Amino acid sequence: MKILVPLKRVVDYNVKVRPLPDNTNVDLNNVKMSVNPFCEIALEEAVRIKEAGNAEEVIAITVGKSESQEQLRTALALGADRAILVETESLLEPLAIAKVISKVVEEEKPDLIILGKQAIDGDNNQTGQMLGALLDYPQATNASEVILDDSSVTVTREIDGGLQTLKLNKPAIVTTDLRLNEPRYASLPNIMKAKKKELTIKNISELGVDVEPRTELLSVELPPSRDAGIIVESVDELVDKLKNEAKVIG
Amino acid sequence: MSILVIAEHDNVNLKGATLNTVAAAKEIGSDITLLVAGSDTSSVISEAQQLNGITKVLSCDNDLYKNSLAEELSNLVVSLASSFSYILAPATTFGKNLLPRISAKLDVQQISDIISIESEDTFKRPIYAGSCIATVKSNDTVKLITVRSTAFDPVANDNSDVPVEPVDASTSANISEFVSEELAKSDRPELTSANIVISGGRGMQSGDNFHLLDSIADKLGAAVGASRAAVDAGFVPNDYQVGQTGKIVAPDLYIAVGISGAIQHLAGMKDSKVIVAINKDEDAPIFQVSDYGLVSDLFDALPELDSKL
Ligand SMILES: Cc1cc2nc3c(=O)[nH]c(=O)nc-3n(C[C@H](O)[C@H](O)[C@H](O)COP(=O)(O)OP(=O)(O)OC[C@H]3O[C@@H](n4cnc5c(N)ncnc54)[C@H](O)[C@@H]3O)c2cc1C
Repeated sequence: MKILVPLKRVVDYNVKVRPLPDNTNVDLNNVKMSVNPFCEIALEEAVRIKEAGNAEEVIAITVGKSESQEQLRTALALGADRAILVETESLLEPLAIAKVISKVVEEEKPDLIILGKQAIDGDNNQTGQMLGALLDYPQATNASEVILDDSSVTVTREIDGGLQTLKLNKPAIVTTDLRLNEPRYASLPNIMKAKKKELTIKNISELGVDVEPRTELLSVELPPSRDAGIIVESVDELVDKLKNEAKVIG
Repeated sequence: MSILVIAEHDNVNLKGATLNTVAAAKEIGSDITLLVAGSDTSSVISEAQQLNGITKVLSCDNDLYKNSLAEELSNLVVSLASSFSYILAPATTFGKNLLPRISAKLDVQQISDIISIESEDTFKRPIYAGSCIATVKSNDTVKLITVRSTAFDPVANDNSDVPVEPVDASTSANISEFVSEELAKSDRPELTSANIVISGGRGMQSGDNFHLLDSIADKLGAAVGASRAAVDAGFVPNDYQVGQTGKIVAPDLYIAVGISGAIQHLAGMKDSKVIVAINKDEDAPIFQVSDYGLVSDLFDALPELDSKL
């Protein structure tokens, strides 16, 4: 079995992102970039499936700028067998990314595609589901458990009301939630080994996909800020304020 | 400008977020159709008929849609799509799961999680865990949108008997099946629609200690939530999680107990009207967004608060 793990280079989750002074976009100058946390969980799951003897190959793929090779090397150090960069200078929308990945799926024919449920930059939560639609593959989003058998995959999902379990025919798409696993750290020997693993670079034009943007970003602003509050000295004062000042409790 | 709103329901009742989504639709236009697809949905249909602002209910009552499988529902919505210029769904796990699948089939770039409607094609939405707000213009001829409930007040139930039109089921995709569901049962209000929410974090130390919050919640008629750390540690189930990747809440009163105030948590609650923080660390970032902060050990403060309510 072959597993494809699409992943994304994003601003590290510890960075507090701000708009550019002219409000045309977010300011990404000199900020730390990482693998999107949900994509790390996706890769970890794929590597564990392989380690359990249930898959032969794990392929990491990203669609992005040349710098994204860094994140693919990380993926190789974390256990991916090879990596593919579909290189583009433009920032693609989820639909375009899903179209590009679907082309690669047609070539690679993986049995399972595992991706993060959302990237923490755009917070869109779209790519996995869109890929499912383009390929007519079944999907299980927000996975907290993945169990494989010969022809299907059984996935427990975190939904608003609790947990839901679905059974999907393979090939299938799974998107990961936070509690699916705890990703490992790359060891130094594995980082060294990753330098020798295969990383194929394709130019996006080779794939013949329409990736023209459908939306325009008109501006980026800070959200309205909250006025600074006060520190109360006691529980009595807190109850008094909530009753008589804020009037939110009876 | 005809608008289709996809109703979220459990075959018995409409889910609250549907009412907020209809409210967003009303800001776009007045020709609003609500799709109820499910199995034995008669009680949902009668609720739907009362929703302020809608002109028609489409009903597709078929076993295929009983569990809202995205593979099946997306085929149905795609078969109906040609009559609409907007298709809206709530930005809940239901809508987030379903709408992108429809968008890709219609070759549309969806706009996720909108918090305001600026014009017929321009919307605001939070990005980077709500650190920034983006204004986005859609150039697709059809717009597919998920709506953040907390940004739109729910519509009233004062419409009278909107007409219901049956629609045919689509052929089954037959590639996925429902196995089981474990839904949380609680007598308390739902987290996303409660007027008061009290949440616990890693500082609670154990699931057992959440009874300190439960007892206060019962007195206040509040829902109980949690930070990711509390859910990861197994103190409470996943459906308690508030934040960037959990639930978004905006109650009149949010009480954060033993929660440090990471940006990913703030993303889920900082639009609450009044925020109270109880934390023993006076430098905890949660105090920067709280209206009333109490620097105290929660194991002292909670029993005292409980006794004074
Ligand atoms: C991709 C991603 C997504 C995430 N999504 C979410 C999300 O949706 N929701 C979310 O909440 N987090 C999310 N997080 C996690 C987030 O970054 C924080 O790690 C998390 O919110 C911390 O939870 P906490 O405040 O309970 O724990 P901590 O940060 O450990 O804070 C515990 C607090 O309790 C206080 N405390 C301890 N003991 C006591 C006591 N006896 N009395 C009073 N106070 C006490 C401490 O002073 C401290 O401030 C996400 C992270 C990532 C990377």
